[in-house]
Amino acid sequence: MSLLAVEGVSRSFGGIRAVTGFDLTLGEGELVALIGPNGAGKTTVFNLISGVYPPDAGTIRFRGESLAGLPPHRIVDGGIARTFQNIRLFRDLTVLDNVRAAHFGRTPTSIWSALLRTPGCRRDEREVVDSSRRYLAALGLDGDAETVARNLPYGRQRRLEIARALATRPSLLLLDEPAAGMNPAEVEEMMGLILRLRREFALTVLLIEHQMKMVMGAAERIVVLEFGETIAEGTPEEIRTNPKVVAAYLGGDVP
Amino acid sequence: MRFYLQQALNALQVGSVYALIALGYTMVYGILTMINFAHGDVFMVSGYVAFFVSTALIGSQLHLAPAVVFAATLLASMFATALLAVGIERVAYRPLRRAPRMSLVITALAVGLLLENLAIAFKPVGPSPRMLPQLIPSTTIVWGGVAFSAVQIVTILVSATAMVGLDLLVRHTRIGIAMRAISWDSALVPLMGVPVDRIVSMTFAIGAAVAAVGGTLYGMTYTIDPYMGIRIGWWAFISAVVGGIGNVRGAMLGGFLLGAVEIFTPVFLRSSTYRDMVAFSLLLVLLVFRPTGILGSPAAQKV
Repeated sequence: MSLLAVEGVSRSFGGIRAVTGFDLTLGEGELVALIGPNGAGKTTVFNLISGVYPPDAGTIRFRGESLAGLPPHRIVDGGIARTFQNIRLFRDLTVLDNVRAAHFGRTPTSIWSALLRTPGCRRDEREVVDSSRRYLAALGLDGDAETVARNLPYGRQRRLEIARALATRPSLLLLDEPAAGMNPAEVEEMMGLILRLRREFALTVLLIEHQMKMVMGAAERIVVLEFGETIAEGTPEEIRTNPKVVAAYLGGDVP
Repeated sequence: MRFYLQQALNALQVGSVYALIALGYTMVYGILTMINFAHGDVFMVSGYVAFFVSTALIGSQLHLAPAVVFAATLLASMFATALLAVGIERVAYRPLRRAPRMSLVITALAVGLLLENLAIAFKPVGPSPRMLPQLIPSTTIVWGGVAFSAVQIVTILVSATAMVGLDLLVRHTRIGIAMRAISWDSALVPLMGVPVDRIVSMTFAIGAAVAAVGGTLYGMTYTIDPYMGIRIGWWAFISAVVGGIGNVRGAMLGGFLLGAVEIFTPVFLRSSTYRDMVAFSLLLVLLVFRPTGILGSPAAQKV
């Protein structure tokens, strides 16, 4: 059974059709890239999957169950986490607290135990801190735990977004341009990181990215969007040589 | 000197009550950027819950120890008031979450008026002031020439406990972190698996329960009436703004500052009529020179 099944999903904003009849199936453990020109509807697909807004038509199933009508925090509890194209951290909280906040759904705490500071609650809070530090370590951020998020350098803010998403313990991770604004060496590093995290945390990854080096190097399958519609789907090799894709997106100079 | 120490102790007592109420204003503002103008009247309701519960317990044939009556009264008032605040949020504020801020402010004012007038219309409450039965023996300890009444000591200790507890909750638990996260980016929080509505309900419940501690303690020293939430609510609101609205420690600091204004204005100006003038002047001057309050940080503009 597929992990994620998106079928015939459409969404418009006013008169603009952001996504039209979008289909996507992700198998357990796959790493799939979603590419296309700016405004093609890639982030809209992420917003639809993560429940930021509902689709106008079509269904989204995760582990066979429809996500229709579920509020975003329930979808996260179900095992889908995401990062953001324009970094959205809790900028005034420390790096550690950013990751702690993302533990809420996984280790529910009742208001009574928190107010009374029961031993169980103290233990839970300690476990959350330990677990948060493990995620920070996995992203190489262990030295920055007490730094306020907005003071982190850009590349580390990107990593923190991924650490925070992982802390919700997803099985499907949606990465929205994790390598945006990075130089070739950093892109290389980010690619290695994503591949390692996928192994370490048994993730299925859906990746939006413009850095072709990363897309071609990491993805097993690529879906190409243009004007909200899928114009091609296939292996990196097939996409690289697909004339429609070359014309719409990659341009003449294919890497 | 003794006289001033005595007044400082009084200021601490009054200030604790302002601080406890100010916490509710500041917490709700912190996560919803909304001034909950009904909060002062929620405080008033807590005073009446304490009145009815303590009267019933003392009038009953249970012969409970005074400490038990006090504890039961405090807890009952906290619980009932928290329920009321959660109900108000659910019915009146939540449907307006996406509405312009002004609609929420007007709704909150209306809820406050509703509570005041319901209290007056409700026969057992009525418009006339009431006294809580004596829950704490009226003993006084004289120490260093300053007279500490038992009620003062209890008020200060219980308030301090509530404030320290709340500060720990906000700083060190996931609920507190979630509250701070919501105040930063409420659209983002659910995408990290945090149920925003539940956190908002908890915030209202905690804010009201803390105000109920204030309401019960206040009712043990002063008379309560259906309009008490207006003046005290305003003073507590000024406390929150002076301390830096949205900042929990600021609300506490502001509360004690306003307690000092209340007690020392008559001392220095020889008349209590100027109290409100001094309090509001303090607010105005502070807003000119430090609009974010004493401990508030300048609001970061999101681009």
